[in-house]
Amino acid sequence: MIKRFYAVLALTVLLSACSSGVKLNDVPVEDKTGSSAVSAVAPAAAPQAESTIAPVITSKAGTMGVAPAGLNVVFFDYDSFTLKPEASAVLERNAAHLQANKQFKVQLEGHTDERGGREYNIALGQKRAETVRRALTLLGVSDAQLEAVSFGEEKPAVNGADEAAYAKNRRVEIKY
Amino acid sequence: MNLTFKLSLFGVFKRFFCAGSLLFLLQALVATAQFKVDVSGVGLTQVPIAIATFKGEESAPQKTSAIVAADLERSGQFRLISAGAAALDELSRPDMPALRQKSADALLAGSATRLADGRYDMRAKLWDVVTGLERNEFRETVAAADLRLSAHRMADWVYESLTGDKGVFATRIAYITKTAGKYSLWIADSDGENAQSALSSAEPIISPTWSPKGNQLAYVSFESRKPVIYVHELATGKRRVIANFKGSNSSPAWTPDGRSLVATLSRDGGSQLFQIDVTTGELKRLTNTAGIDTEPTLTPDGSKLYFVSDRGGSPQIYKMSASGGGVERVTFSGSYNISPALSPDGRWLTYISRVGGQFKVQVMNLSTGQVSAITDTTADERPSFAPNSKLIVYATVLQGREALMTTTLDGKIKAKLSGQSGDIREPAWGPYR
Repeated sequence: MIKRFYAVLALTVLLSACSSGVKLNDVPVEDKTGSSAVSAVAPAAAPQAESTIAPVITSKAGTMGVAPAGLNVVFFDYDSFTLKPEASAVLERNAAHLQANKQFKVQLEGHTDERGGREYNIALGQKRAETVRRALTLLGVSDAQLEAVSFGEEKPAVNGADEAAYAKNRRVEIKY
Repeated sequence: MNLTFKLSLFGVFKRFFCAGSLLFLLQALVATAQFKVDVSGVGLTQVPIAIATFKGEESAPQKTSAIVAADLERSGQFRLISAGAAALDELSRPDMPALRQKSADALLAGSATRLADGRYDMRAKLWDVVTGLERNEFRETVAAADLRLSAHRMADWVYESLTGDKGVFATRIAYITKTAGKYSLWIADSDGENAQSALSSAEPIISPTWSPKGNQLAYVSFESRKPVIYVHELATGKRRVIANFKGSNSSPAWTPDGRSLVATLSRDGGSQLFQIDVTTGELKRLTNTAGIDTEPTLTPDGSKLYFVSDRGGSPQIYKMSASGGGVERVTFSGSYNISPALSPDGRWLTYISRVGGQFKVQVMNLSTGQVSAITDTTADERPSFAPNSKLIVYATVLQGREALMTTTLDGKIKAKLSGQSGDIREPAWGPYR
């Protein structure tokens, strides 16, 4: 009994450390001023050059939970947003995992192959991610645990300009 | 069909270029992506112009005459004539008969004088060689760091004096490079030189778009593991999140008054257009379909909005009132039309059509509705107009490498800008400075 209590406590402590999701509407902003100014160094008396551009460098964000074992990816046919039968195993596994761990949040990341315009592909990837979100909520997952986003064609799983590569890139990844 | 040829004088001026650029490279943190410009295709009329070495430019950080010459040559509308050995400046009495013998129509000469405070006094004179008369004078004082800009402004002044059209040499182009897993947003001069990094990220950056005054860029960054729209002030590097709503935030477009962005948000499901006040963050939803509405772009007077929608079953371009409503379809040919951009003079629309699996820039005359395909390439993306409405910049693939191209609206004069290594994409032509 006590052992289980400590195990749960340890797990809770671990999980609370993990679940620092990206807050919506509150992404920290880099406020780097042009300290390493790109224009030539000039004395205070000289006027500010209008060509100056101050560089900014970004940093990565954290994670929101622990994923279940297995490949948590769903694939799609060309120009399609319909879930294929093969997807059900992945969806059910993740639905169960999320219902058992209501503090976990996932990002459903929609992707397209590289054909077509970048912005239109963001919208297509979004449609795929939302299809998966709907499927998971139908399996009983709370909507509060799900965010559907799109990467369009920007993060292919596989590089290549043939149908084999394209097929591996038309996907939704379930990311914790 | 376009004619391809090598300009023999181009090599000479390129060496001037490279010497000047190297010096600048040492002085400041500048691009790894340098540009190589090739002009292919020629218009029927070229103005023969002689440009003398400027007095004082040998000791200046930038060679004004070389920058002006390269700008004018790159337009395809000028043919460079040697100005001869005699030292010339804006106060000279040039040897007109000698220049007439070389078939020059115009002569440019001037000086670059360094002042005590480190600034430069730039002066130039443009002569009509046929009549021997002075046409026009140029004068401005600039910081040393703005010598290239001053040379571009001088080139614009020559261009407008001799063609009647406003030049865009003093404008800038934003674009994105990807090299070994690092994405960078660059701002370069219209000739591709002087590229400076505004942003570096390990995650993708797409859709940079200039504010109407040219002091800010809005763009989409994936650094938070989802697409988020930022507004970024170029001179200071200060940036803020404009849209990080639930889901994806992308495709920002400025309203001409600079007070709002129209963007694609999936916060309410699907991809829908919203107007976002840049100061207050106040949202107004503009479209209401169950599908995809994206890639908004405003007309120059701000009254209408062109956008891409799949409401008809496939992606087509539509227009509507900028406050939403009154939707009319604009493209009727083909099953995939995206990425609309409007010319500042309100006369033209450019966009991408998928034709037989190939993606090609189209130009539509908005009064007649006539459409022309103007490129020979098959993977074109994201066309946008120069502020004088006479040129389009777009991204494409040439010989397997990503490249940026500029073209006249009839497709006859094209210039290629290609990065030295890695991929280059997402160009956006900035406004007049």
